[in-house]
Amino acid sequence: MANDLARWQFATTSVYHFFFVPVTIGLAFLVAVLQTTWYRTGDPEYKRMTRFFGTLLLINVAIGVVTGLVQEFEFGMNWSTYSRYVGGVFGAPLAMEGLAAFFLESTFLGLWLFGWDRLPKRVHLACIWAVSIGSMLSAMFILMANSWMQHPVGYKIDKAGNAVLTNIWALFVNPTFVWGYAHVILASLVTGCLVMLAVSAWYLRTRTHVEPFARTAKVALIVLIPTIVIQLSVGNQLGEIENRYQPMKIAAAEAQWTSCKPCSFSAGQIGGGANDKTPTQIIAIPHLLSVLATGTWGGGVTGLNQLQAEYQSKYGPGNYVPDVFIQYWSMRVMAYLAAAVLLLALWGGWLIYRGRLHSARIFLWLSIWAVVTPFLMNTAGWLLTESGRQPWIVQGLQKTVNANSPSVSPTDIWISLSAFVLAYIVLAAADLGLMLHYSRRGLADAYAEAAEADEKPAGAVPALTY
Amino acid sequence: MHLHTIWFVIVVVFWIGFFVLEGFDFGVGALHRVIGRSETERRVAINTIGPWWDGNEVWLIVAGAAMFAAFPGWYATLFSALYLALVLVLLALFARGVSFEYRGKRESARWRSGWSWALTIGSILIPLLIGVGLGDLLQGLPINRNHNFTGSFFDLLTGYGLMTGVNLLTLCLLHGATFMALRTTDGIRDRARAAAGRIGAVAIVVNLAWAVWTLVVIGGGTVPQPTQIFGLIAVIFAQRLSSSGTDGWAFIASAFAIAASIGQLFIALYPNVMVSSTNHAYNLTVNNAASGHYALVVMTVVAVLLLPVVLLYQGWSFHVFRQRLTTPPTSSQ
Repeated sequence: MANDLARWQFATTSVYHFFFVPVTIGLAFLVAVLQTTWYRTGDPEYKRMTRFFGTLLLINVAIGVVTGLVQEFEFGMNWSTYSRYVGGVFGAPLAMEGLAAFFLESTFLGLWLFGWDRLPKRVHLACIWAVSIGSMLSAMFILMANSWMQHPVGYKIDKAGNAVLTNIWALFVNPTFVWGYAHVILASLVTGCLVMLAVSAWYLRTRTHVEPFARTAKVALIVLIPTIVIQLSVGNQLGEIENRYQPMKIAAAEAQWTSCKPCSFSAGQIGGGANDKTPTQIIAIPHLLSVLATGTWGGGVTGLNQLQAEYQSKYGPGNYVPDVFIQYWSMRVMAYLAAAVLLLALWGGWLIYRGRLHSARIFLWLSIWAVVTPFLMNTAGWLLTESGRQPWIVQGLQKTVNANSPSVSPTDIWISLSAFVLAYIVLAAADLGLMLHYSRRGLADAYAEAAEADEKPAGAVPALTY
Repeated sequence: MHLHTIWFVIVVVFWIGFFVLEGFDFGVGALHRVIGRSETERRVAINTIGPWWDGNEVWLIVAGAAMFAAFPGWYATLFSALYLALVLVLLALFARGVSFEYRGKRESARWRSGWSWALTIGSILIPLLIGVGLGDLLQGLPINRNHNFTGSFFDLLTGYGLMTGVNLLTLCLLHGATFMALRTTDGIRDRARAAAGRIGAVAIVVNLAWAVWTLVVIGGGTVPQPTQIFGLIAVIFAQRLSSSGTDGWAFIASAFAIAASIGQLFIALYPNVMVSSTNHAYNLTVNNAASGHYALVVMTVVAVLLLPVVLLYQGWSFHVFRQRLTTPPTSSQ
């Protein structure tokens, strides 16, 4: 009971946290691009857009930071057995994250936010790039830690039975980490682009401020097109890596109960859960699964039944098959939405080429609604990778069921879970309200602030930013 | 010196960094409604910590992460033992962290007042609760042979823990007042100075009582330790200097007062990191809670390379925004 509740709490808080993280990483990069363009061209529209999207960025950073604290505390609070067991390895990237990334991100965000009229232009521009780099570095260290749970490397088990680090470099070159990190950064850029595109499209459809928002829509699309193309191939590569180290995860994602060679890809199915090992496939595309999972035309995928038998002989009795329903559908939600975003991006690229972006009403309408897709894809991606590791908390080393805190009762977790859910609903309402409020009315403020800052003599009294 | 002793010192440095830096943020947050009379003055008060509070809070994250990396056993036992208390701390951190960014984003008086209260309550609760937790490290909690906490939430409310919390809260309020006096002008500065004087008087008594209680807990007899004397002198200086117009020195004194309190607590704790009230044989120590040697070497290299850089750019950030804030002549907002 306590274990299940702790899992629910960790899942809820991480999914929620990861609504905000990719927006931060993506928008920080795009705001830095906008400000660089302003710095280079001197075009004041870019400065206004920098401030406008900068405000949206800050609203998100606030929640990303506080919900991130929960994540860091939860390892010890809910998973003390896990923390004691792996802290000697897993703790190192977390500490590095704080020292190398969080300090950088937060200090320079303060400098950027308050430094508009204090710092030389070039230094101020460097500040937003430092924020962007800091946010990407923090994702790097946390992915390094997470990848170690997927595919533990560079450790040994000491005589007290705990994991201790033996080779830090192994964590940096862990293939699960390298490809997983690329996947997350690209996903964050896609998220940032789609947020920026949606806001720009909303303005373009209202035919107000067409001039500046046609530019930001263009910037978003120009970054989005190559990003989503690369993302599809990186995602594919990550699937191959996971198939090598966590075959259960990929077999479950394809609801492949029996081994196959060559393997066809199931585009959709009815049934296929733990109690239905012969799902009705709606469309099966020959050879596609072989290509996706192994990178070869006729490669084989080991089925869940065979893997289960292998794991039982290796690790003892137990169920080693993750929730197939979650795996199968989260993979498809991610892949199909990514394909849809690719089509949208290419359409946008064609409209830019024809110079008709600002007046393409249907495209703009779709672009507004496309803003939900990255959040669905990101959530599906984490469900796929985290639920797919079950029953393990650290693949092959420790089971989730053995990892929670013995001293924390179900009542404790009911209290904390309710408190967090309630607080998160309030935060989400405040965040969404402010985002919409600012997306619609913030432009006037951005103009006024920019004008005010321009008029101010050097060495004037610092502005009240908050 | 053993690597795990070095890491104990590093963890303490992170905690001192957190309370010295974020300490004045807590004080400003808790006092901004009292010292700022009008909406503009309250904004001035909040903006005195505007560029830094977020970076200051990272010291807490790093202190926690350093405990995780260098002393997994300590991190695991402490965080699971303090479970419900930490839930409260996290809720307070939410309220506070979001309030900075959200408070000024709407014109509505209700919206602002709501976030203002969130800031005030959050800023009071966090140092108080963390103080209780730190005091419990020394006072001892029911911990069994397997280093698992066996008590309930109410076992966390030890007398000494509460006293430690009150001591840290009082020092944070003092520190916030001296900081506001240093960063503002005119009426708001005068009120901050007066507040520092009054809070300082309370802080002297509280700090003295806490020091005596610490001696009782550690069974140290009647001879005060050097850090205790140093800490008390710093509090007295902060209180006296706050009315003398030398805001900078008052602030430095309150910073030393906080550093001395945190330092004293951990000095008294060493070589334990968490005392078991069940049986002293079950105490967590720098030895039995530490990571492997190789991990500590790696972390030492990382800390030695990165910490000076962090101090450099955080210091630069303080330098950039060193100018005092004043209320704008046309108080339109």
